[in-house]
Amino acid sequence: MTEDKNYLEMDLLRFTTAGSVDDGKSTLVGRLFYDTKSIFEDQLEAIERSSKQHGDENVNLALLTDGLRAEREQGITIDVAYRYFATPKRKFIIADTPGHIQYTRNMVTGASTANLALILVDARKGVIEQTKRHAFIADLLGIKHVAVCINKMDLVDYEQSPYEQILKDFGDFASRLDHVTELTFVPISALKGDNVVERSENMPWYKGPSLLYHLETVYVGSDANHVDARFPVQWVIRPHSDEHHDFRGFAGRVAGGVFKPGDEVTVLPSGFSTRIKKILMADKELEEAYNPLSVTITLEDEIDVSRGDMLVKPNNQPNVDQNLDAMLCWFSSSKKLVAGTKYLLRHTSKDVQAIVTEVLYKVDVNTLRKSEDDRELGMNDIGRVTLRVSQPLFFDTYRRNRNTGSFILADAFTNETLAAGMMR
Amino acid sequence: MRTYNVTHLNQLESESIYVLRETAAQFERPCLLFSGGKDSIVMAHLAAKAFAPAKAPFNFLHVDTGHNFPETIEFRDRFVKKLGVQLVVGSVQDSIERGTAQEETGPDASRNGLQSVTLLESIEREGFDACLGGGRRDEEKARAKERFFSHRDAFGQWDPKNQRPELWNLFNGRMGPGENFRIFPLSNWTEMDIWQYARLEEIDLPSLYFAHEREVFERNGSLLAVSEFVVPRDGENPSKETVRFRTIGDATCTGAVRSKASSLDEVIQEVAASRVTERGSRSDDRRSEAAMEDRKKQGYF
Ligand SMILES: Nc1nc2c(ncn2[C@@H]2O[C@H](COP(=O)(O)OP(=O)(O)O)[C@@H](O)[C@H]2O)c(=O)[nH]1
Ligand SMILES: [Mg+2]
Repeated sequence: MTEDKNYLEMDLLRFTTAGSVDDGKSTLVGRLFYDTKSIFEDQLEAIERSSKQHGDENVNLALLTDGLRAEREQGITIDVAYRYFATPKRKFIIADTPGHIQYTRNMVTGASTANLALILVDARKGVIEQTKRHAFIADLLGIKHVAVCINKMDLVDYEQSPYEQILKDFGDFASRLDHVTELTFVPISALKGDNVVERSENMPWYKGPSLLYHLETVYVGSDANHVDARFPVQWVIRPHSDEHHDFRGFAGRVAGGVFKPGDEVTVLPSGFSTRIKKILMADKELEEAYNPLSVTITLEDEIDVSRGDMLVKPNNQPNVDQNLDAMLCWFSSSKKLVAGTKYLLRHTSKDVQAIVTEVLYKVDVNTLRKSEDDRELGMNDIGRVTLRVSQPLFFDTYRRNRNTGSFILADAFTNETLAAGMMR
Repeated sequence: MRTYNVTHLNQLESESIYVLRETAAQFERPCLLFSGGKDSIVMAHLAAKAFAPAKAPFNFLHVDTGHNFPETIEFRDRFVKKLGVQLVVGSVQDSIERGTAQEETGPDASRNGLQSVTLLESIEREGFDACLGGGRRDEEKARAKERFFSHRDAFGQWDPKNQRPELWNLFNGRMGPGENFRIFPLSNWTEMDIWQYARLEEIDLPSLYFAHEREVFERNGSLLAVSEFVVPRDGENPSKETVRFRTIGDATCTGAVRSKASSLDEVIQEVAASRVTERGSRSDDRRSEAAMEDRKKQGYF
């Protein structure tokens, strides 16, 4: 397992799995665990026991991820499950997203924090409508790295031609993806293990790396925005002790760019400018802070700053507006979007009220066509909308910055989370 | 071009601190569930860092089964004093005496499930609207589906099939009257991360986690410590062994492991080589495949 001295230097890759039901997502995750020895004996024994109970011949690696009672009973995955494993190179967080009714909602959720999307395609079926839908959602959520796993190669005798066909079909369509900068194809058998951890001898025609090698080495260090300095204030630290009587620190997580002591900053919405005195992490002073670090910033001048405000650089300011243009994914199964209804909107550390003023179009997630005739957004629907909010928001386009370009809508009565939005 | 690398432990630390600050900001009266185990100690350490140099704006709540190793209580009191936070104790014994909880009977009786009753009573008595828990998603398969901000209805129940979607770092902590949140800042940490971070930050942990001599015996595949609450039955032969604990819970159901690891370095080596999860030594989770899910639905941590 993990080599000790590396552990403190390891970085993190968050990825999400996508595929239609039965394409082998759970089996693949189980396989990655099994072959990297990230699964423990008591877990293995438990799934062996339960495989027998369910009448499976082989140990069903899918049972490792299907944790809820109802999931095991019905043999399906219901909710996004988060899984962890590590190799000496990296720690991985997997959002394993189920592929049935609430699919869009689950995949959007899993993709929202992922650096990479792993899309499974059944080698026998090739690129189908759902494959395009998965790629579209990964792209919509700003994922830059997509790995297409052509699975069940054992069922096509490890032949090259189905792989080539998928490469071609996917390539034709990939030009329409905006955010994706890196697209990789790996032929695998999740069940037998080919090309998952080790390169397979069954497919000498494939010259690329194994899936795990790719996951271990894909470079995601420049995915975050390090250009536009944005610091949404989450909490104001004012110790009521004699020792720190005059201390006022602004706590938050850097959402973009780089902040250093001495930098001139402007506070939004007040517009006052001052300089950064110190950047603190508890009692340690830092030389700089960038995403995703949580820090506390102190300022040279005493100016009024509270939760929901944002520190930025005077020469690089975000959009400040009460009118928004956004892509919206609707999640609620009980309520459809109704234009004119007051919703609660949360953006960075700010809560405002919001009204959807217009649905511009709806995207048919299967054909990816925009429809201006059908503009009703219900569960799992995606559309482009305009909104008006009760106070100006400080935002960037989602494309430029995931942290300052995203928001959620909640119901003002039930408090349920209704939708997720991405600024355009 | 310059690169901006952040190690995974720093990413986890920043994420947890973000969640702790969000909790302070979104709730009126949040508390931190403090059991004296390593996860709650790390969570408390992060809470101290998140609000420094001010004190963490949380009361600490210990749900006490009454079946503690004495070391746990000593450690708890020392720790709370050092952080200068307010400790509230919810006692399972009190719930039993009041008749709101019923002691289990039978050979494998445990007070673990009863903690839910006492927890919900404490929440109501103290008016807590959110409880920070040290639960990690890698611990158990029902926990793998848990949100950072986990909504509980007015009966404290978790509805796993109807959870709020949680996107980016935008947490929705809104709720109706009588409802409640459980918040898990350590969701993305693994057992190994906890140990490594404890070493990196030189966090003081209870002596129970390190090898020591103790009277133990085997029951249902677990190595239980002899105490006033756990008495060997006929045929169970206690002996003195060098052991340590990987988790610290109720003394009646927390198994020890034979180990010579007496420092964090040695513990880390042992955990890295281990082929069994930490919960493998806890009989409360082995009751059934969905033991944890069922307990959580009823209001467990
Ligand atoms: N022959 C073969 N079967 C596979 C492979 N991967 C998955 N399967 C089988 O496909 C079925 C569905 O797999 P599962 O992992 O549950 O799919 P999910 O719905 O995407 O999670 C199971 O019976 C698996 O054993 C593979 O590479 N080869
Ligand atoms: Mg599955």
